[in-house]
Amino acid sequence: MAEPPVVNARGVGKTFGAGVSRVVALRNIDLTVPAGEFISLIGPSGCGKSTLLRLIGDLLDPTEGTLEINGKTAAQARRDRDYGMVFQKATLLDWRTVRRNVELPLEIMDVDEGERRTRAAAMLELVQLNDFGDHYPWQLSGGMQQRVAIARALTFNPALLLMDEPFGALDEMTRELMQQELLRIWRETGTTVMFVTHSIPEAVFLSTRVIVMSPRPGEISDVVPVPLRRPRNEDTRESDEYYGKITEVREALRALEAPAS
Amino acid sequence: MSSRFDEPIIEIPEPPPSTAPGPWDELRRYTPAAVAAIAVLGAWELITRVLSVETFILPRPSQIAASFIDTADIIWVAGLNTLIEALGGFVAGTLLAVLAALATVRWSGVRQGLMPFAIAANSVPIIALAPIANAWFSITSPVPKMVVVAIIVFFPVMINTTRGLTEVDEAELELMRSFAAEPREVFRRVRIPNALPYFFNALKVASTLSLIGAIVAEYFGGPEDVLGRYIINRANLLQVPDAWAAIVVASLLGIAFYGLILIAERVFMPWHVSLRSGEA
Repeated sequence: MAEPPVVNARGVGKTFGAGVSRVVALRNIDLTVPAGEFISLIGPSGCGKSTLLRLIGDLLDPTEGTLEINGKTAAQARRDRDYGMVFQKATLLDWRTVRRNVELPLEIMDVDEGERRTRAAAMLELVQLNDFGDHYPWQLSGGMQQRVAIARALTFNPALLLMDEPFGALDEMTRELMQQELLRIWRETGTTVMFVTHSIPEAVFLSTRVIVMSPRPGEISDVVPVPLRRPRNEDTRESDEYYGKITEVREALRALEAPAS
Repeated sequence: MSSRFDEPIIEIPEPPPSTAPGPWDELRRYTPAAVAAIAVLGAWELITRVLSVETFILPRPSQIAASFIDTADIIWVAGLNTLIEALGGFVAGTLLAVLAALATVRWSGVRQGLMPFAIAANSVPIIALAPIANAWFSITSPVPKMVVVAIIVFFPVMINTTRGLTEVDEAELELMRSFAAEPREVFRRVRIPNALPYFFNALKVASTLSLIGAIVAEYFGGPEDVLGRYIINRANLLQVPDAWAAIVVASLLGIAFYGLILIAERVFMPWHVSLRSGEA
């Protein structure tokens, strides 16, 4: 039997509220993500891309359809610690040092102290913050905090990394460096990534496929495969193929606005 | 594996320089306050002398200082007795408040039933209970004062601790959920550390309130070798500098108590915002 896909969504929908305040946030989502992919979700505000990510991560329950993660329900996948999550805010615990923030999931999973130390050190190495283990979060810049959040999400080798605009609050330079870092980490860990973003170049640079979503109600309107050569680097950003893909995604997003105007 | 991709790409910025204030910086910081204190005492001394203010109305600082030295053995014993009442009430009130806060967080029904009354009771002048507490318990023991202090301390500590345990960043709860953390884990690793700053802020208020509560409760009667009784007795005898000397003892005890809590705060919360360099 073949391995089940990491994400398998069939007709997934989410409706908030009831009666007059009823809002259909997502409708008819069909999505299959095989292991090892890097999927970006892009679309205008209100297209439900964050909602979709939260459904997959079992932070919300779908109101329609079926959703399987590694062949299990999302709730079971969460209990099995299949998810690493990174939000727009780093959400580091103020009272813990960087190292102990990275160890947090391992503590919850009752991993013994020696093993925790080793894993946290390896993760801090991975995000290039080895010298900052004993710092408190407030002593780090925004980009560094976000790297700690990534390290924390990866300490327990989750099958699926869910990222909700993780670089949204960073300046452009830091952002590009972080994208490069993330690709390196993705390559080194082989984890599957689902990445919500507002930025077309970011989605194209990172992804194997870009999922374009449309608002009211949130639906998948287009899927743009991005077969750019890897490893991607600064040269990628200057290549014609890269610009071509950016244009393709931009046009897919423009097409959404056309009927309204 | 030799592409430029493998090279470290990020230059790690230096963290903000941690400029821990040295002893001289500390000293410089307190200089204006010291100057102000000397100026006020000097002006007080000068004005009371120049205008020949009667001692029983407002004694001169030098008279208070003389009295402070002459009566040291009496006022410090009185101070110690008052401190015992304040501390006993403070500890009992804080313990009960923390238990109540934990209960309100564990059972939301308790919270909904109790919190409105706690908030209302927090604005009741509980000190008015002092004469009644004297009737409830042996008036010759420190217990009635401790009871009053405990009740005074209870409400702010309970309300603040409850807030700290419940007002947790939603994102932190989601994070814990993503790790499939049990409620017990969330409590231990997020709610309790989150509540500590609220708790210590309440203790700071409570430390001051507990000394006020003890001294005022003493005004309503009880053993004589305590600050409240001593101040009343000396004032009635027009020995006003003695009363003032006792007030100085009360002030010093209050400051010491508060300082103790600041130290505890630093020990238990080395991460706290107010301890960050340049932000104190």
